[in-house]
Amino acid sequence: MSTLTVPAGSAGESLGSVAPTASGSPGTGSVVELRGVTKWYGNVVAVNDITMTLGPGITGLLGPNGAGKTTVLHMMAGFLPPSRGEVLVGGQPAWRNPSVYSGLGIMVEREAVHGFLSGWEFVLASAKLHRLRNPEAAARRAIELVDMVEPMHRRMSTYSKGMRQRMRVAAALVHDPAVLLLDEPFNGMDPRQRLHMMDLLHAMGDAGRTVLFSSHILEEVEQISGTVQVIVAGRLAASGDFRTIRRLMTHRPHVFTIRSSDDRRLAVALMGLASVAGVDIDPKGGLTVRASDYGTFTRELPKIALAEQIRVQRLVPADESLESVFSYLVGA
Amino acid sequence: MTTLQPASPPNAQARGRLAVFNPTIARITARALFGRLRFLLLLPLPVLVVGLAVLTEIAGVRTSDWVDVVVLGLGLTVVLPVLALIIGNGVLGTEIDDGTLAHVLAKPLPRREIILSKLAVAVGVTTVATGVPLALTGLIAGSSRLAVGLAVGSFVGSLAYCAFFAALSLLTRRPVLVGLAYILIWETLLQSILDGTRVLSIYQYVRTVVDRVADSELVSSNLSLAVALSMTFIFTVGFTLLAIDRLRSFAVVGETS
Repeated sequence: MSTLTVPAGSAGESLGSVAPTASGSPGTGSVVELRGVTKWYGNVVAVNDITMTLGPGITGLLGPNGAGKTTVLHMMAGFLPPSRGEVLVGGQPAWRNPSVYSGLGIMVEREAVHGFLSGWEFVLASAKLHRLRNPEAAARRAIELVDMVEPMHRRMSTYSKGMRQRMRVAAALVHDPAVLLLDEPFNGMDPRQRLHMMDLLHAMGDAGRTVLFSSHILEEVEQISGTVQVIVAGRLAASGDFRTIRRLMTHRPHVFTIRSSDDRRLAVALMGLASVAGVDIDPKGGLTVRASDYGTFTRELPKIALAEQIRVQRLVPADESLESVFSYLVGA
Repeated sequence: MTTLQPASPPNAQARGRLAVFNPTIARITARALFGRLRFLLLLPLPVLVVGLAVLTEIAGVRTSDWVDVVVLGLGLTVVLPVLALIIGNGVLGTEIDDGTLAHVLAKPLPRREIILSKLAVAVGVTTVATGVPLALTGLIAGSSRLAVGLAVGSFVGSLAYCAFFAALSLLTRRPVLVGLAYILIWETLLQSILDGTRVLSIYQYVRTVVDRVADSELVSSNLSLAVALSMTFIFTVGFTLLAIDRLRSFAVVGETS
């Protein structure tokens, strides 16, 4: 089991209060706090009156592209001033306050690294810029955490997107921050790397770190536990326990189009399922199935097909736009 | 299960001292600068200055004539400011454009330390890239004092130009364009029309310094050394402070914003 304590002094003068304690007096649970935060660019409102608090553990910031996730994250990271409201990290304003970074790790979405640096040089430079006492050991540890030891001496320009993502995560957590903010960390990772990363983020969350990651792909965060904040069109649309949201996600109604070796027989069999609300037979071939429960239907279809000896040639989920999923979540 | 061990704590001593130069930032800045193709395009300029000096001298052109055209007209008026523009913008502006600056900004470093480290690299590289060829032309002209004057002038000019152009990277989205406009319109065009702009021209400060150090009839100047040096100081310190302040309030926006 991982035990993680903030080493004395590592959180810096300003973030001393952030260090999670076992006793934890009431009211000290929130590490990142947004109070009535609004951000506009010219006359475009990117973030509209968001109030949220993040405590130790893992939190997902979900929402479709352009919802304002990056803007929220950048305000938490002290990269942008809020137009109105307050953004506090460890009780301190994040804007124009570089000292917050001794307890804060950030990975921005924009994938900009000096390609001429090796992964090792990149993470080591981060450790040195944090003025860690033993930068080599810290860099080594961070690279081990993201499982990038083997290719660490290669130039970063030769890395795949997933490898670069992991090295950037290593650089963000090299100083073992109390707060870790990751913008779309799973981008470009294959399923195995994604699982590994989730494992790592969970370990950090379990150890009392405040971990926030953003994602616009609901399915890629299904294995994450913890809380989520859903942002749609600049507003906080939903927030709460991830399992509840995940249940809503898997039990959402959905439309599929299916082609099979025997559409009519499959239609009859599917109508017997409780998770199917309706089946249309297309005269030109194929079925349109309205499932009342995405999760149950996708599990039961193969069983039915097998029992009926019907070959399913194509299964296409219709209406898979993220916006429709999110708007369903918001409506629920 | 992934296990986590605490990282080593920061060095408390390093934290306390007044940090003005960061070798890690300087090293990465220099590597980025030399690694860029644009940087190679700068080589022909100093080579051109030295080549023209050699050719005109061999061709028997009067020394005072070719010094006026090649050293002052091309070297100090064009090569020094243009190199300072590319290099001064290169240490900061290009990192803003490609987004790599975010890595440095997300560190608990005083913004002063970031700016001063990057400026040190820019001033050093510009001084060498312009001072060496210009000093060579001084030697070709047969005056070692002129050579020293041009080297010192290159350093003084590098200070003021780099601070100015680095600050421009944080003040405008088109720093190279604005910098070129300053060089071509303000320093070159308006100077010949309006006498009063002389006091606000880095070129005039450089020329004055070269003139006083070289003590040669080949170079003349219109400002007093006191004015030239104090104005260089004001330009350098003023734009450095401005850059530090702008970096404190530097907004990092996402790609979609």
